[in-house]
Amino acid sequence: MKEILELLETDARLTPGQIAAILGKNEEEVAGIIKDLERKNIINGYFTLINWDKLGAEKVSALIEVKISPQRDVGFDAVAERIYRFPEVRSVRLMSGAYDLVVMIEGGTMKEIAHFVSFKLASMEYVLSTATHFVLKTYKHHGTIVEDGEDDRRQVIVP
Amino acid sequence: MTLKTNWAEMVNPAVRDIAPSGIRRFFDLVTEMKDIISLGVGEPDFVTPWHIREACVYSLEKGYTMYTSNHGLLELREEISRDVSQNYKVSYDPRSEILITVGVSEGLDLAMRALLCPGDEVLVPEPSYVSYAPLAVLGGGKPVHLKTSADNGFQLTADIVEKALTPRTKIILLGYPNNPTGATIDREHLLDIAELARAHNLIVISDEIYDKLTYVGEHTCVSSLPGMRERTILLNGFSKSYAMTGWRVGYAAGNSDFIAAMTKIHQYSMLCAPITAQVAALEALRNGQSEMRKMIAQYSRRRRLVVDAFREIGLPCFEPRGAFYAFPDIRCTGLSSDEFAVELLKEEKVLVVPGSAFGEQGEGFVRCAYAASVKDLMEAFKRIGNFVRRRTGRGKVVTFYFGKMEQKDNEIRKTV
Ligand SMILES: Cc1ncc(COP(=O)(O)O)c(C=O)c1O
Repeated sequence: MKEILELLETDARLTPGQIAAILGKNEEEVAGIIKDLERKNIINGYFTLINWDKLGAEKVSALIEVKISPQRDVGFDAVAERIYRFPEVRSVRLMSGAYDLVVMIEGGTMKEIAHFVSFKLASMEYVLSTATHFVLKTYKHHGTIVEDGEDDRRQVIVP
Repeated sequence: MTLKTNWAEMVNPAVRDIAPSGIRRFFDLVTEMKDIISLGVGEPDFVTPWHIREACVYSLEKGYTMYTSNHGLLELREEISRDVSQNYKVSYDPRSEILITVGVSEGLDLAMRALLCPGDEVLVPEPSYVSYAPLAVLGGGKPVHLKTSADNGFQLTADIVEKALTPRTKIILLGYPNNPTGATIDREHLLDIAELARAHNLIVISDEIYDKLTYVGEHTCVSSLPGMRERTILLNGFSKSYAMTGWRVGYAAGNSDFIAAMTKIHQYSMLCAPITAQVAALEALRNGQSEMRKMIAQYSRRRRLVVDAFREIGLPCFEPRGAFYAFPDIRCTGLSSDEFAVELLKEEKVLVVPGSAFGEQGEGFVRCAYAASVKDLMEAFKRIGNFVRRRTGRGKVVTFYFGKMEQKDNEIRKTV
């Protein structure tokens, strides 16, 4: 099962048949395991990594540090939920250290993000303060180097 | 009037008579072709892990650009000694029993030159790596080919060796896991061969460059067998396991008198292996285990895919247990291995190496390297499938196997 996940994590397009061949299992069995992993939410989704910059798309993103005062009974989770429910929020993580949540947000423009931070986030109950950092350039995301110049440079035939 | 030099006449006949490489012509064929997928590359498709490259960049910044001792950096020899003894329980004294070479290639050359007298015979299993026989010739010896075949998993056996013995036999060359077949050799076979070597006072040159790339069973280091440390020259390097082919670094380990003899040649012909490569090798041994295991896990996964693909296509393929090669039998197409490779390239733009490039015994087979991405492998097999179907005029060929696919590999494909 872990091997199936590892394979899918590096290439979501592998078919159950191909995975079965790689692992020496049968196809139905692999398909069944994948179904099960999806059902249990261990596989959360399948995505395509896109280099929007290359397309010239104006997509601004920002990383926001958020300090909050935890709520009685529910701790940080309830505040986090109020934040992650916004569709423009790409990720929310609880952190150790100087602040509590780190929020990645992807919006159309700088103005939209500024608007979100001041009207939605900073003014939210239990949010003590925010610090917004705009992303200038992405070099690597999801373990993948965006512009990797290291293509195959081997000679076509080597004894 | 100046007399024109006839260089062909000047060239040493031993050199002149070495047959041209069987793969040269493919370079000419591919120059005008686009979109070819090459399964002809006998080196990792990975770039050297970053931490190794980074360590070497740092060494350059710090000015490590000088010669090292002829033997190579002592630290590196110590690390090699530790690595070999940890993996195979054989210990070599880093000060006198290990020499850093410019790849296994140089190690092979030095060992032959230091051992062979004119007319001495070198037993070379076939099919095997392209440099063994020519280096034996250049060393003044006489290669004697030992035929291995698919029905015994391309393994050398004591039987085959014994039949070839003459009073002039001096060296047995072993290269397992094997290029081009992907065969490994069973410990029992090695034990029998070792017994013969002891009985007939033979030296074994063991090229174990693919040792870490063993997927079924465990690799046996020849010098770890009883009584073999004293009569084995162990050759290994960093090219395959650490994806470091272009660095040109490897090592020889063996008896101190013999290492001294090899070092004599090395000091005059090579002086030392490049320091930058030695620094990189040191980093590989010290901190490269986890990256290495990841690469090997990838090969191991692809291996299954490849064996499965040949089953699907209907080409008989004995199960490769090591290195990163599969060696399918293509005789059912009615083509020679050279024709198969050329026509496959022209019609389907997939490059494989004809088995005949690795000796007569490779005729009827082609070498497919699976040091390629899963995506390329799948596309390549689709194309090979089309080609084979056209040539055999059949839907699917009834497959027969040389032995069964071992379901139980040693699970190094798992990285977690
Ligand atoms: C069996 C075998 N031995 C030796 C070599 C050469 O190794 P190195 O790069 O260490 O010179 C190769 C390279 O393809 C090989 O396949």
